[in-house]
Amino acid sequence: MDLRASPSDEAFRAGLRAWLDATLATLPPEPARDDWPARVAYDTDWQKRLFDAGYAGMSWPREYGGRDAPPSEQLIFLEECSNAKAPYVGVNFVGTLHAGPTLIAEGTDAQKAAHVPKILRGDEVWCQCFSEPDAGSDLAGLTTRAERDGDHYVVTGRKIWCSFGQIGEFGELLARTDPTAPKHKGISWFILPMDLPGIEVRPIETILGSSEFCEVFLDEVRVPADCLVGAENDGWRVTNVTLSFERGTAFVSEMVDAMRMAVELAPHVHDPADRRELGHVVAEFDALWALTKRNVSRAARTGDTGLGGMLMKLAYSEARDRLGELSMRVLDRGVFDVHEPFVEERLRTLSLTIAAGTSQIQRNIVGERVLGLPRERAWPAPGTEG
Amino acid sequence: MHFDLTDDQEALRDGIRAVCQGRFPSERVREGFDRETFDALGETGVFSLIADGFSWADASIAFEELGRAVVPGPLVWGVLAHGLVDGVPTGLDRPAPGAPAMVEHLAAAGAVLVLDADAVRVVPADAVAGVALDWPLDPLTPVTRVTDLPTGEVLAGADVTRWRRAGAVLTAAFQVGMAHACVEQATAYALDRRQFDRPVGSFQAIKHLLADALVRAEVARTAVHAAAVTLDDPEVGDLDRAISGAKLLAGEAALKNAKASVQVHGGMGFTWEVDAHLYLKRAWVTNTAFGAPDACADRVAATLPGGA
Ligand SMILES: Cc1cc2nc3c(=O)[nH]c(=O)nc-3n(C[C@H](O)[C@H](O)[C@H](O)COP(=O)(O)OP(=O)(O)OC[C@H]3O[C@@H](n4cnc5c(N)ncnc54)[C@H](O)[C@@H]3O)c2cc1C
Repeated sequence: MDLRASPSDEAFRAGLRAWLDATLATLPPEPARDDWPARVAYDTDWQKRLFDAGYAGMSWPREYGGRDAPPSEQLIFLEECSNAKAPYVGVNFVGTLHAGPTLIAEGTDAQKAAHVPKILRGDEVWCQCFSEPDAGSDLAGLTTRAERDGDHYVVTGRKIWCSFGQIGEFGELLARTDPTAPKHKGISWFILPMDLPGIEVRPIETILGSSEFCEVFLDEVRVPADCLVGAENDGWRVTNVTLSFERGTAFVSEMVDAMRMAVELAPHVHDPADRRELGHVVAEFDALWALTKRNVSRAARTGDTGLGGMLMKLAYSEARDRLGELSMRVLDRGVFDVHEPFVEERLRTLSLTIAAGTSQIQRNIVGERVLGLPRERAWPAPGTEG
Repeated sequence: MHFDLTDDQEALRDGIRAVCQGRFPSERVREGFDRETFDALGETGVFSLIADGFSWADASIAFEELGRAVVPGPLVWGVLAHGLVDGVPTGLDRPAPGAPAMVEHLAAAGAVLVLDADAVRVVPADAVAGVALDWPLDPLTPVTRVTDLPTGEVLAGADVTRWRRAGAVLTAAFQVGMAHACVEQATAYALDRRQFDRPVGSFQAIKHLLADALVRAEVARTAVHAAAVTLDDPEVGDLDRAISGAKLLAGEAALKNAKASVQVHGGMGFTWEVDAHLYLKRAWVTNTAFGAPDACADRVAATLPGGA
């Protein structure tokens, strides 16, 4: 166990800092929240700059254009980007953090060649079409059908909460290919070109009054058979590859951001009780940052983040909630204005205990899969009906 | 002692509840507050309750119902300033130097009441200059950031201490109503929403979340009733302690229960369409008026032995 930065880590940090200093100064102003074409242009432009400078795909293998950086450098990258207030991953989220890694792990050579380099360069925007109106926490209960018809699958159903659905060029699609199999065994994972006929995307207004996610209607959409990723009916396993990326690593950059926000809040926190609470929250973030180091180190050693990865999302979202509530108390009459960054953050972070597996589901995972406690009994309890 | 609602109070509660259900369904509430809303509420008599001889306990019962329906508007000021100013009254605590001066519902208001240490002062609404926020936290509470709040004239017949106390009780009552509404709405959703082939309310995680929420709301409601009764008859207890405690518990119940409701609604809870966010945002907003929860806790603690 060692936390000391090596000379090569320090050299990496210095080079990155210099690059960020020079590059951030040349960026155009950030676009408005609901100006989607401008957001795409801004976020993908950032991704291109990262790519050109060799900072895209920090953890990706070199053969796919990544940097294959050691864990220490991956974390330094996130730390420095946040501290310099570099643009967030934005519309590149699904592509760079879910779809890309999933295709690298599970895609055919042709699928990888078609998408992975483009995702890395910011030339392709992705969205995730997993959840359905009746399949959220119970994702495996999804009912969108994909029926084989010659060289195509014909897909019909409804997806919901697709972040970036209105701008995604490709979607990660889960659909049921075998309705007779047990629910986890009849699902397949597809690349869904979002411009196919029969797809209708309708934005949903969020709690922020913006349209961060969408409902997607699929009406006999003919998806080419070569869009299937992994084997037919093996989609649940493929999905878990994606979900483990999401739960294990996707929150790391947010974590760094949360620490920066706590530091920015500090000068406004005068009340002794509030300062003490800030101390609690920052201790929690420090520990979670250490846990992040543990997770990436363990993943590098064993290929899996282990227990730390399973705890991370739950612990982070609860700590973030605490910071959000503290900031609202500290702002007092300043809470009225959502342009105040702490207020917007408070609203946005309400999604953390819901998206990508609610906190209740995370607790079930820890209780059942980690501790081995029995699942809640079937409902209605056997023998209580009729 | 008889510390339960009387038959008349139950009738008052049911009456206001029926008015809210009829005139302030969610669609109407979402249209926001204006002069017409104020007049419609005025007709129900909620602003004139005290003038008409009802007690603060009665008024708090009525305000709980307004909170349940999350009716928008500077309603507490409507009671406090009833008969004393022209037009719709709104108001605020005189901001400390450097603190933001935020006035709610300025566009609809005729008069702005300012709570100073020594008196209530009144400023005509059109004498207050500021910038309306284009992205207010609570979409139903428009807010103006005032650049220079005039001193105003002392409002005769207004006792500032009494206003602070009554304002805290009515705000707390409103919050208790919101807290209960959140439990009801989230419980209805938990019964209806199915995942894993069962209602999500059958999961203990959800049951406990809602049970805790109900406990918070009901404990807070009792504290608010006790505070209101003490305001009516200060000899029965320590008035400031009762009011601060009630405002503290009601504010926490409103906030935590609204968050629980968002959580129980899952992805739906993060949408504009579901009402949960309206309650959450109003909870934050109302916690900044007539004593923030932490300040209230300090005041309760100050009544106890020890300390500095
Ligand atoms: C901002 C945001 C972005 C999102 N982006 C995407 C996206 O890009 N793509 C995508 O596919 N999805 C996305 N989602 C969807 C997200 O994954 C789901 O909202 C989440 O899985 C919960 O599902 P649900 O909304 O159907 O809630 P439900 O599953 O209906 O849950 C309702 C309540 O019941 C509880 N509950 C459910 N089951 C259990 C149980 N077994 N034990 C205890 N409690 C339980 C939940 O915790 C919750 O409190 C996003 C959601 C949000 C909020």
